[in-house]
Amino acid sequence: MRMLRYILRRLLFLVPVVLGSIFIAFLLTRVVPGNPIERVAGPYASEERVLEMKAEANLDKPIPQQFLIYVNDLLHGDMGMSYTTAQPVGKDLKERFPASFELVMFAIGLAIVLAIPLGVVSAVKRGSWIDHVARVIAVAGVSAPIFWIAMVLLSIFYGKLGWLPGSQGRLPIIMSPPPHVTGMYTIDALLAGDPVTFKEALRALILPVLTLALVSMAPIARMTRATMIDALDSDYVRTATSLGIPRRTVVMKHAFKNAIIPVLTLIAGVIGYAIGGEVLIELIFSWPGLGLYSYNAIMSADFPAVQGFIILATCLYILIYLIVDVITALLDPRVEY
Amino acid sequence: MSATAAQPEATYALRPPFSERWRQGMRALRANPTAVVGLVIVVALVLIAIFAPVIAPYDPQKLDMEVVSQPPSSAHWFGTDQFGRDVLSLVIWGARLDLFIALSAVILSMVVGTVIGAVSAYAGGMTDEITMRTMDILQAFPRFIFAMGIAFAIGPGIGTVVIATSVLNIPGYARLMRSVMLPARKSQYAAAATSVGGSHTNVLFRHLVPNCLVPIFVNSTLQFGWAILEAAGLSFIGLGVESSAAEWGALIQLGFQDFNAGHWWIYTFPGLAIAVAVLGFNLLGDGLQDMLDPRRQ
Repeated sequence: MRMLRYILRRLLFLVPVVLGSIFIAFLLTRVVPGNPIERVAGPYASEERVLEMKAEANLDKPIPQQFLIYVNDLLHGDMGMSYTTAQPVGKDLKERFPASFELVMFAIGLAIVLAIPLGVVSAVKRGSWIDHVARVIAVAGVSAPIFWIAMVLLSIFYGKLGWLPGSQGRLPIIMSPPPHVTGMYTIDALLAGDPVTFKEALRALILPVLTLALVSMAPIARMTRATMIDALDSDYVRTATSLGIPRRTVVMKHAFKNAIIPVLTLIAGVIGYAIGGEVLIELIFSWPGLGLYSYNAIMSADFPAVQGFIILATCLYILIYLIVDVITALLDPRVEY
Repeated sequence: MSATAAQPEATYALRPPFSERWRQGMRALRANPTAVVGLVIVVALVLIAIFAPVIAPYDPQKLDMEVVSQPPSSAHWFGTDQFGRDVLSLVIWGARLDLFIALSAVILSMVVGTVIGAVSAYAGGMTDEITMRTMDILQAFPRFIFAMGIAFAIGPGIGTVVIATSVLNIPGYARLMRSVMLPARKSQYAAAATSVGGSHTNVLFRHLVPNCLVPIFVNSTLQFGWAILEAAGLSFIGLGVESSAAEWGALIQLGFQDFNAGHWWIYTFPGLAIAVAVLGFNLLGDGLQDMLDPRRQ
C-alpha cells in the first residue's frame, strides 16, 4: 500500500518534467529556419496550396496556440502526421519500436550479465589478470566512439571473415519476417516454430548487440568494482568474516547486496545512453528501428516525427528511472518512501 | 575543501611557496601512474594541435586525384581518402578542430552551469527550486537525442556542435556547483565578507565562487572526453561540421561512405585518434579526482 502511494507520488512529480520536455521538444522543432511545408509541397506547388497545407498543419497560428493544440492532440494519442511517410507518427513509432527494443534489451541484458560478475570478480581479486582485463574493457568502452566500434566489428566479422551478415537490417532481404506477435523477430520466430528465421534474426542481431553491449558494459563493470571494493572494505564485512562466515557467503550475501544498489541507478543512465547510441548503431547496421527513423526524420526536416521521437525517448527514459527507483526502494530498507 | 576553509586555523596558514606546491603536485602525480599517462597523452595532443601545420606531412585539404583511396604506404602512412587527401595530415589537423570544439563546449557549459548553480544555491528558496526543476527537465532527455534535437534546430556548423554539446553538460555543472556552494555559503569567510559590507555579487563571485572551483575544474577534464565523443557523433551523422572538414567524426563518416569498398584506413585512424584522446582525458580526470577525494586514496 505504501509502495503504491510512493509510486503515485513519484508519477505526480513526473508530470511537470514530462510537460517540460514536451515543451522543449516542441520548441526545438519550431525555431528551425525554413518552412517544412514548402519543402513537403515541393517547388511547383501553388501559393494557395502551401497556405492551405500550413492551415491544415496549424502552422499559421501563433506558437503558444500551436503548443496547446499539440498537447491536446497528444493527450488524445495523436502525434500528428509524418511528412515523409505520410502516416500518423504514433503508428510509425509503434511499428519501429520492437526492432529497437529487441536490440536494446539484448544488449543491456548481455552487458549486465557480463559486467556485474566481471566487476565483482575484479573487486574480490584486486590486481589479478581478471581485474586488468576488466579495466581495459571499462576504459576502451568509454573511450572509443560507438559508431566506430560498430564499423570496426563489421569490417572484421563481415568484411574480413564473412562470419556474420553485413549492414542488412533485421533479416536477409530474401526472407520475410515471422508472423507478428511481439514484433521481436527472434521471439516471433520461436513462437512460430521457425528455426531458420530464428537463426537468421539472431545472426543479424549479434554485431549491433555486441557493439551496444560493449559500450554499456564499461560503466557498469567499473561501478560494480568500485562499490564492491567499498563494501568489502567495510566494517560489516570485516565483522562477518571474523565471525567465521565463509568468504563466498560474505561476498555474495553481505557485500554484493549492498554494492548492487548504486549500480541499479547507473544502469538506468546506461539505458538512456543506449537509446541515444541506438541512432548511430541503427544507421550503421541499416536497422529499421526508432533510431534510423529519427535520423531520417531529422535529415528531411520532418517536424512531427522528430518531435514524436524525442518525446517518446524522453518518456521511456523517465519511465526507466522510475522503475529503477521503485526497485531500489524495494531492495534498500534505508530508502524512505 | 570547503569544510577545511571554515576552520579558523586555516585563515592563519600561509600559502606555501611555489617550489613547495610544485613538489607536492609532483609527489601526488608519482603516486598515480595512470594520471601521468593521461597527462602525457593530453600534453602530446595539445602540442600536435598547436604545431599541426609543422607536423602534418601534407596540406590536409590538397586534393590529389593521382592517389585516390590508397592504402597506407611509406608516402602516406595512414593512406589517402577518396579525394586523394592524406589521412595522417587530416587526423593531425583534426586534433586542432576537435580540441577547439571540445574546449569551447566545456568552457561554455562550465561558465553557464557554474553561474546557474552558484546563484541558485546562494539565493535559495523559490529561485533554487525552479532552477533545479528546470535542470531536472534538461536531464530527462537522453543525452545524444537532445544534442541531435538542438543541432537540428540550429542547423549544422561548428557553432552548433559547440552549443549542442555544451547544453547537455550545463545541468551537471549547475548541480556540482550548487553542492559545493551550499556549505560554502554558510562558511565564516562568507559571513566575514558580508559583514564588512560586501554586496551579494561581490561576496558570491569574488569570495565564494573562486573557493568552489577545484571540483569544477576536475570535472571539466572528464567532460572533455564526453565533449569529444559527442561532437564526433554529431559530425558523423551530418549535424556537425561540414563533411570535408579535417574533423575526426566527419572523417569517419567519409570512411563509412566507402565502407563496402574495404577502405578501412579512412575510418580506422581517426577513430583511434578519438579513442586515444578521450582515454587521455579520462585517465587524467580520474587521477585528479582520486587525488582530491581523500576516501579514494
